[in-house]
Amino acid sequence: MSYSTSLYLTGAEIGLSVTGLVLLLVTAWTSEKAARAITIAAVAALFGALLFNVSLFDGGLAGSAFGGLFLADGFAVFAKSLVYIATIACLIVAPRYFDARGEYRGEYPVLMLFNAVGMGLMVSATDLMTLYIGLEMSSLSSYVLASFARRDGKSSEAGLKYFVLGGLASGIILYGVSLVYGFSGTTSYEGIRTAFAADFSTGAMFGVVFVLAGIAFKVAAVPFHMWTPDVYEGAPTPVTAFFASAPKVAAVAMLVRIATGPFGGQVEAWQQIVIFAALASIVVGALGAIGQTNLKRLLAYSSINNVGFILIGLAAATPEGISGVLVYLSIYVFMTIGSFVALLMLRDSEGNALATFDDISGLSTTSPVLAWCLLALMFSLAGIPPLFGFWGKFVVFQAAVQADMIALAAIGIAASVIGAFYYIKFIKVMFFDEPQGAAPAAAPVSHWIVLGLSVAVISPLGYLLTPWLGNLADAAAQMLFYVA
Amino acid sequence: MIQTIAFYMFAVLVIASAVMVITARNPVHSVLWLILAFFNAAGLMVLVGAEFIAMLLVIVYVGAVAVLFLFVVMMLDIDVAELRAGFVKNFPLGIVIALVLLAELVLGIGAYQVGSIELGTPMASDGPAMVESNTGAIGALLYTKYLFLFEAAGLILLVAMIGAIVLTHRPPKTKRGHQDIGKQNRRNPNEATVMKQPEVGRGVEL
Repeated sequence: MSYSTSLYLTGAEIGLSVTGLVLLLVTAWTSEKAARAITIAAVAALFGALLFNVSLFDGGLAGSAFGGLFLADGFAVFAKSLVYIATIACLIVAPRYFDARGEYRGEYPVLMLFNAVGMGLMVSATDLMTLYIGLEMSSLSSYVLASFARRDGKSSEAGLKYFVLGGLASGIILYGVSLVYGFSGTTSYEGIRTAFAADFSTGAMFGVVFVLAGIAFKVAAVPFHMWTPDVYEGAPTPVTAFFASAPKVAAVAMLVRIATGPFGGQVEAWQQIVIFAALASIVVGALGAIGQTNLKRLLAYSSINNVGFILIGLAAATPEGISGVLVYLSIYVFMTIGSFVALLMLRDSEGNALATFDDISGLSTTSPVLAWCLLALMFSLAGIPPLFGFWGKFVVFQAAVQADMIALAAIGIAASVIGAFYYIKFIKVMFFDEPQGAAPAAAPVSHWIVLGLSVAVISPLGYLLTPWLGNLADAAAQMLFYVA
Repeated sequence: MIQTIAFYMFAVLVIASAVMVITARNPVHSVLWLILAFFNAAGLMVLVGAEFIAMLLVIVYVGAVAVLFLFVVMMLDIDVAELRAGFVKNFPLGIVIALVLLAELVLGIGAYQVGSIELGTPMASDGPAMVESNTGAIGALLYTKYLFLFEAAGLILLVAMIGAIVLTHRPPKTKRGHQDIGKQNRRNPNEATVMKQPEVGRGVEL
C-alpha cells in the first residue's frame, strides 16, 4: 500500500481540510463582509468533495488506506455523499439567518468544513482510533456551532449542554474502546472480529455495550436522547437543521459499520440493545412530541422518532436491513432539511422567528405555497403512502419482517400511528385554524430552491428514484457484509 | 544503589507533597504542592525508563494543567473557612466512602493474588523495531503508521482553538465602549463644549 494510493483514497478529506485551512486564513485577514464569499467557496469545496467521492465509487477504486485505518468503500461513499449534500444545504441557508442578527462570520463555513472532514472519518473508520478522532472532530465543531449565536442565551445554553453531555458520551465510548482493545489486543476492526470469534468474554461484552451506548448518544437514541430537545431548540435554526441531518447520518453509518464489522460475529450481543433503543426511541419520540408547542422541539422529537425506525433496520442485522437503513437515511435527510428550511423561512417582516403553533396558525391563507410544502413534508415524515417517507419505513419494516422480527415491526408500526398525530396536528393548525400572527416575510430564492428540491425528492416523484437508490443501497450494504 | 536511594527520595516526596496538597490551608499552596508532586512523579517515571511519560508529565501536567489550576484558584475568591465548615457535617459520609475504598482495595489485592485478569494478547509485533529510546519508538510509530491520525488529531486541536476564539473574541467595537486614541487626540474645545444662554426658569436642552 503506497502513500499515493492512500492519499488518493482520502482525497475528499484532504481536499476539504486544505480548503478549510485556506479559508481560515482568508477569514483572519478579511472583514466580516467576506463571510458570504467564504461560504460560497466552502459550498464549492463540498460539492467538489461530493463529485470526487462519486468518481471514486465509479472508478471502483475502493480500498483501504493507511494500513487499514481508513476504508473508502461503497458504503462509505454512499454515506459521505449524503453527509456532503446535507452540509451543503445547511450552509446555503445559514448566512441569511445569522446576518439578520449581525452575527455571521467566516468561521462558520470553516467549522462546517472541518465538521465534514470529521464525519467523513467517522463513516470510513475501520479502526477504533480513526472512529474516535473523526467523532471528536465532528463533535467539537458541533459544540461551537451550537453556541455560534453568542448574544442569544439559549444558544449558549445549548452549546454548553451539548458540550458537557457530549464529553460524557465521548468518555463512555473511550471506556468501551479501552475494554474492547484490552480484550482483543487490537484496535483494527478486522483484528477485533478475529479475536472476538476466538474468544468473547464478559469483559469484551461490556466494551461492546459501552461503545454502543456512547454512539447511541450521538445518534440521539432513547435512553440517551435527553439532550436533543434542548440543544435543537436552543441552537440557531440552520445549525439545528445540520445536527438533525449530517452528523446523524455519519453517526448511524458509523454505528452500522461497527455493529456489522468488528462486532458482526456477536450479533446476539448487541441485537437486544439495538431493538430496545429502536422501540424506546419510536415510542418516546412519538409521545414526547405530543405536548410540544415549540416547532423546533417538535422536530427534535421527530428526529428521535426517526432514529428509532432507522435502528429497526440495523436490528434486523441482515444486508436487507442495512440497505433499508441507507434508504431511510437518504429520505430522512431530505425530509429533515426540508422541514427545517421551511421553519427558517417562517419569520415575520421584523425577522422574528415564527416558532410556535400559534404563530403558524392559518398559514395556508397567509403563505399558501409554504403551507403546502410543509404539508408534504409532515405527511412524508408521518409515512403517509403517496409520499416518499412511506417507502423508507416500508423497506425498514420489510427487512424486520424478513428477519422474523414481526413483533418489533408491529410495535413500530403501531407507534408510528401515534407519531402521525402530531404531524397531522401541524397540518390542522396550518390549514384549519384562523390566522393569528403576522404573515411570514418573503424568503430569499436560495431557501426556496433548497426547499423545492427537498419537497421534490420526498414527493411521489421520489419513487422514480427507488430502483436507483435501492440498487446503490443494496450494493453498499452487501459490501459491508462481504468484508465481514 | 543510587537508583534505590533516588526511588525512595522521589516516592517519599510524592507522598509527602500529595498529603500537603490536601492539608495545606491556602489553596494556592495546594496547587504548588501538586506541582511538586508532579515533578517527583516524573522522576519516578525516569527511573523506570519511561522518559517520554516523564516529559509528558512535566510538559502537560506541570506546564499546562497545574498552571491553569493556579490561575483558576487565584482568580476565584475561595473562602477557605467556609469550605472547612462542612467538614464535620460530612464526616460520616467521608468515613463511609473511605470504608468503601478500603474494601475495594482489599478486594482488588485479593483478586490479584488469585491470578491475573485474562486479557487478549497484543498483536502489535509488527511495529517498528525498538530504537534506542521509547520517545524514538513512539515517534517512529506516530510518523509512519499513524501519520494520518496524527494529522487528523492536529486538526482537532485547530478546531478547538478556532472554537475558543470564535466564542470569546469580541469585535473591537462593542457597546461597552472602547478607546480610540486617534479620536481622543482629534478632539478640540470647539466640538467638545457648547455655549448655552438658558432663559430664567427653564431647563437646558443639550
